[in-house]
Amino acid sequence: MVAQNDSRPTYRFKPYNVGRWVIWGLYALVMLIAPLIWTSSLSLTMLTQVGIAIIGCLAFNMLLGQGGMLSFGHAVYSGLGSYLAIHTLNLVSEGRLGLPVSLVPLVGGLGGMAFAVLLGFVTTKKAGTPFAMITLGVGELVWAMSLMFPGFFGGEGGVSGNRVTGAPVLGITFGPQVQLYYLIALYTFICTALMFAFTRTPLGRMLNAVRDNPERVEFVGYNTQYVRYFAFIASGFFMGIAGGLAALNFEIVTAEVVNAVRSGAFLLFTFLGGAVFFFGPIIGAVLMVLALVLLSELTQAWLLYLGLVFTFMVMFAPGGISSLIMMNLRVASFGKLRPIWGSYVALLGTGATVLAGAGAMIEMVYHLQLNEALGPELKFMGATLNAKGFDSWFGAAFVLVVGIGLFEIVRRHFVRQWGQVQEEIEKEIKKREALI
Amino acid sequence: MTLNRTWRTTALAAAAITAFCGAALAQSGQTVKIAFIDPLSGPFANIGQNQLKSWQFSAEQFNKKNAAGVKFEFVAFDNKASPQESLNNLKAAIDQGIRYVVQGNGSGAAAAISDAVTKHNERNPGKEVVYINYAAVDPDLTNSKCSFWHFRIDADTSMKMEALTSYMKDQPTVKNVYLINQNYSHGMQVSRYFKETMARKKPEVKIVGDDLHPLGQVKDFAPFVAKMKAAGADSIVTGNWGQDLTLLIKAAKDAGLNADFYTYYAVTGGVPTAMAAGVGGKVRVVAVGHNSIPGTVIKWQDEFKKKFNDDWYTLQTYNSIQMLSEGMARAKSVDPVKVATAMSGMKFMGFAGEVQMRKADHQLQQPLFITEWSKANAKNPYSVENTGFNFQEVKAIPAYVSSTPTSCQMKRPGA
Amino acid sequence: MDLSFFLISLLNGLSAGLLLFMLASGLTLIFSMMGVLNFAHASFYMVGAYVAYTITQVVGFWWGLLLAPPLVGLLGAAFERFALRRVHKFGHVPELLITFGLSYIILELVGLIWGRQALNFLPPEALRGPLFTIVELPGSLGFEWGTPPDICKTVAGAVCTQFPAFRAFGMAVAVLMLVAVWLLLTRTRIGLIIQAALTHPDAVESLGHNVPRVFMLVFGGGSALAGLAGVIGGALRVTEPSMALAVGAVVFAVIVIGGMGSLKGAFVASVGLGVIESFAVGSDRSIADGLMAVGMAVTPETLGYAVWSVKVSQIAAILPYLLLVLILIFRPKGLFGTREG
Repeated sequence: MVAQNDSRPTYRFKPYNVGRWVIWGLYALVMLIAPLIWTSSLSLTMLTQVGIAIIGCLAFNMLLGQGGMLSFGHAVYSGLGSYLAIHTLNLVSEGRLGLPVSLVPLVGGLGGMAFAVLLGFVTTKKAGTPFAMITLGVGELVWAMSLMFPGFFGGEGGVSGNRVTGAPVLGITFGPQVQLYYLIALYTFICTALMFAFTRTPLGRMLNAVRDNPERVEFVGYNTQYVRYFAFIASGFFMGIAGGLAALNFEIVTAEVVNAVRSGAFLLFTFLGGAVFFFGPIIGAVLMVLALVLLSELTQAWLLYLGLVFTFMVMFAPGGISSLIMMNLRVASFGKLRPIWGSYVALLGTGATVLAGAGAMIEMVYHLQLNEALGPELKFMGATLNAKGFDSWFGAAFVLVVGIGLFEIVRRHFVRQWGQVQEEIEKEIKKREALI
Repeated sequence: MTLNRTWRTTALAAAAITAFCGAALAQSGQTVKIAFIDPLSGPFANIGQNQLKSWQFSAEQFNKKNAAGVKFEFVAFDNKASPQESLNNLKAAIDQGIRYVVQGNGSGAAAAISDAVTKHNERNPGKEVVYINYAAVDPDLTNSKCSFWHFRIDADTSMKMEALTSYMKDQPTVKNVYLINQNYSHGMQVSRYFKETMARKKPEVKIVGDDLHPLGQVKDFAPFVAKMKAAGADSIVTGNWGQDLTLLIKAAKDAGLNADFYTYYAVTGGVPTAMAAGVGGKVRVVAVGHNSIPGTVIKWQDEFKKKFNDDWYTLQTYNSIQMLSEGMARAKSVDPVKVATAMSGMKFMGFAGEVQMRKADHQLQQPLFITEWSKANAKNPYSVENTGFNFQEVKAIPAYVSSTPTSCQMKRPGA
Repeated sequence: MDLSFFLISLLNGLSAGLLLFMLASGLTLIFSMMGVLNFAHASFYMVGAYVAYTITQVVGFWWGLLLAPPLVGLLGAAFERFALRRVHKFGHVPELLITFGLSYIILELVGLIWGRQALNFLPPEALRGPLFTIVELPGSLGFEWGTPPDICKTVAGAVCTQFPAFRAFGMAVAVLMLVAVWLLLTRTRIGLIIQAALTHPDAVESLGHNVPRVFMLVFGGGSALAGLAGVIGGALRVTEPSMALAVGAVVFAVIVIGGMGSLKGAFVASVGLGVIESFAVGSDRSIADGLMAVGMAVTPETLGYAVWSVKVSQIAAILPYLLLVLILIFRPKGLFGTREG
C-alpha cells in the first residue's frame, strides 16, 4: 500500500545556471561602469545611443533572426514612437499631463505597438520576399506622408522638446547626460531581459517554427499569419520604446527617423552582428553607433567600407560576428583552440596588410575626388601619401598584392587546420554520445 | 588653414584655446576654431564639400587681415544630412573646446543645433557656444524657435518672397502664376508666402495653379507641365531644388512651355548644367548675391575657380566671417557671450553693402538681388559650372523692402 | 478636361510606364528564374546611364545605346558568378541581402568614378526637339509634325504642347525590347531552356543542360535590360547618383502589384501606374471634395482636415505605394501573380 503521508524529505536537483547569472551580471556591470571609463560628452552620448540601438536591433531581430521576416521599413515604428514620445513630453512640459519623464518612452512603445497593430495586419499577410517589398512600400509611404503633415510631424524643423521638465524625482532632472544614460541603461537591461524571455515563450518558439517550416506549423494547427502578426506587434512595441528613448536623448525628432536610410542601417548592422544568436544584434548595435558616429570622422569612404564589409559578411559569414564567436567558443570548449591560434594571428596580420593596401588606394581615390583642392597629400595611418605620386600608388598596390598573396597562403593552411579541428570535434562528440 | 580632422592634435589645440579664453586676454593673435557641421558624404557630399572649401578659402583670405586680428580655423564634421547626427557632431565639437559652430544645409539640422546650443548654454554657463546658420531658411528659426545664440546670415523664405514679389508686381508679363513646390514645410511656406504677399501687392495677378509634389519622388514632370499649359500659366514660382528643379525645367523645355521661372535655388546643385542645354522661358533667381557684384565677389570667385575648379556660390561665408571678426573687435574678446552680445544689432559692411544683424531676432537684414540666367558677356564674364552662362542682375532690392516682421520673444543672457 | 490635355496626359503616362516596364521586366525575369529579388537592379540602371554617358562623350550616343547594355549585362553576370552563386545555398534572405550590399557599393563607386555632380547627358542631335505638336485652338484640335507652327504664337488661347522625339524613341525602344524578349523566350532554343529551367531546374539539369550557366545568363540579361532602361532614362531625365534611389522603390511596388514573377503583370502594372500617375497629377480633387459632394460639411476646423484636404495631385508620385497596400489587402497574389514569394 502506498504511504499516504510520506514524511521523507524529497530532493529536487536542478543545477544552478551559473553561466546565465554570470553573463547577465557582466552585462549589467558593463553598462554600469562604462560611463566611468569613457567620460567625454561625445562618449556619453554615444553610450546612450548604443543603449537605444541595442533595443532597436534586438527588436528588429525578433523579425529577422527569429521569424525569418526581412523588413526594409522598420524605422517607421521607432520613428512614430519617437514622435508620440516627444509630443507627450511637450504635453508634460505644458503641465497638461502628469507623467514622469522616465515613463515617456513607454508612451513611445505603446505608439509603436499601435502602429504595428494598424499596419502589421496587411504587412504580415505574406512572408519572405513579398513581405520585404511590402515593408519597403509602407516605409516609403510613411516617410512621404511625414513631410506632408507638418501639424503632427513638425515640418522640416521637426518637433523639439525639453526633458528637463516636471518635478525632479530624487533630485534627478535628466539635465546632465549621465543621468539620462543610466535611465536608458535601465531600459536597455529590462528590455533585453524581456526580449530574451520572449524567445522562451510559446509564441517565440512558434515564431522560430514559422521561420523554419511554415507548412508544418499550419499542419500542427497554428495560423502562421497570426504568429507573424503578434511577433510584429511585439517588435513594434520595443522599437517604439527605442524611439521614445531617442526622443529623450536628442530632444528633437525630425523626419529622418522614419526614412529608408535608418531602416537600412538597422538591417545592415543587425545582420552584421548576427541574426542567428540572441546576442548578435547587441554586437551589431555597438558597431552601428561606432560606425555611424566615428567612422565617418575617420574616413570619407566609410559608406564604401560598410558596403564591402556587409557584402563579404553575407558571402562568407552569413551568421554574422556572433556566429564567428560561437564557432570559436565551441572549438575552445573542446580544447582545440591552441593549435589554430597561430593561424589566427597570421590571418589577422596578413588581413591587416591587405586592408592597409586596399584602404590606402581607396583613400587616395576619395582624396583625389573630393579634396583635390587641398593638395595631393593626405595622411593615412600615420604616413603621408601623395595621391598623385606614382610611388604612393605603387607602394599601396605592392602592399595589397603581397598581402593578398600571403593571405591566400595562410587562409588555405587555416582552412585545412579548421577542417581537421572540426573533424576531431565530430569524433569527440560521437565518442561522448557512445559513452552515454 | 589646413583641414584638421585627427583627434589628438585638435584636442591639444582645443586645450590651448580654452586656456586662452579662460584667461580672457586680448583677442588679437588668437586662433578661433569654428566647427563646420554639414554633409560631407552621401547624396549631398558635393554641396557640403564645396561649402567647406568656401569656408576654408574665406578664412584664408580673412586671416591675411581682419578687424579682430585673429586667425580663423575650420574643423569639419560630417553630419550626413541627419539632424540627430548633427547633435553628435556638436557634442564632439564641444568636447574639443570649439565655441563657434556654422551650419546651413537643412533646416532640420539647423533646428536641432539651435535647440541643442540653447539648452547647452543654459545648462553649462561658462561654456557657451554660438551658432551661425548660413543657409537654412526656415522662418521658424527666427520666429517661434528663435534663440539669442542663433544668428542667421541667409535671408529666410519670407524675405526672399518679399523681394521676389516686389519685382514681379512690376513685370507686365506676370499675369497668370502657377505655383509648384515640394510637399514639405519649405515648399508649403514658399507657396503660402507668395499667395499672401502677392494678394497684398497686386491682387490682379491670378494664381492659376498651386501644386505640391512629394520631395525627390517625381521622376517625370511632364504631367505637371501639361497641367501648367492647360491652365495658361505665363510664370512659374517654385522653391524646388536639386533634381526636382532640374527635371521641372527640363520637362518645361521639352514640352515647349515658354513660361518664365522664378526660383530660389537655380544657382546650384547641377541645375545650371541642365539649363545650359536650353530653357523655355527666362529663369530668374532671388538670392543674396550674384556673379557680378563688384569688389570682393568678383575677385574671390575667380580665385576660388582657379584654385578649386569649382564655383564659390556660398557668398554668406564672407558676411559670416566679417561679422565674427567685427564682433570680436568690438567686444575685444573671443568669448562667445561677449561676441554674441556685440553682434546682436551690429551694423557692418557685407559684400554687397551695409547690412545689419537685427537685434530682435538675429536675422541679417541685407539687400537681395533678382538675377536672370543669361549668356556670359563682357560686363558679366563669369561662367557658372563651366557652362558659359551666369546669373546677371536684373534688379537690386534694398534691405528695407525685403525685411519682414518677427514674432521672436528672445531670451537674452543676464536678462 | 479638354481633349488635348487628355491626349498629352495619356502619352506622358504611356512613355513613363514603358520606361518603368523596361526596368521591371528585367527584375521579373531574374525573380521568376532564381527567386531572388535583385535589390541592386536600380543600381544597374544607374550604371547603364553612366557608362552610356562616357561612351557618348567618346564615340557618340548610338554606340552608347549599343554597347552600354551588354557591358552592364557582363557586370551583372560577373556578380552572379562570383558573389550571388556563393550565397545561393544560404537561402533567399541572404541573396536579397547581398544585392542590398551591392547597391551600396555601386552607389559609392559610381560617385567615385564619375563624381557626385549631375552629368550633362543629352539625347543625340537627331532626337532633340519635338516629334510632333498637338495644337489646340479654340474650337479645333490639330496635329503637326515637328516644332509648333506659328499660329501657336499668333492665336490667343492657343495651347500647343510638344511631344519630345526622344520620349517617343524611348517608347519605341521599350516596345521593341518587349517583342525581342518575348521572341527570345518562346522561339529560340535557349529561350525554351530558360522557360523550362524556370519551373523545373532539376529536370533540366538532369537532361544535361548547364543550369548554373543559364542562371548567369538570365541574371546578365536582366541587368542588361536595366542598363538599356538606364541609357534611355539617363538621357531623358537626369544622370546623377540619386537616380537609383528615385526609381528603385517604385519598381518593387510595380512587381508586387503586377504579381511576382509575371511578365504580363509587370507590363500591365507599369503602364497602368504610369498612366494613373499622369492623370492623377491633373486632378485637384481631394477626399474633402468627395465628402462635400455627398453633403458632409468639411471645414479647416474639422478633425483630420489636413488628411482629408490632401489633393490627388499631391500624392500622385506615391500612389504606387498606396496601390501596393491596397492590392495586398484585396488581392494578395497581385494582378497576374503566378509564383508565390
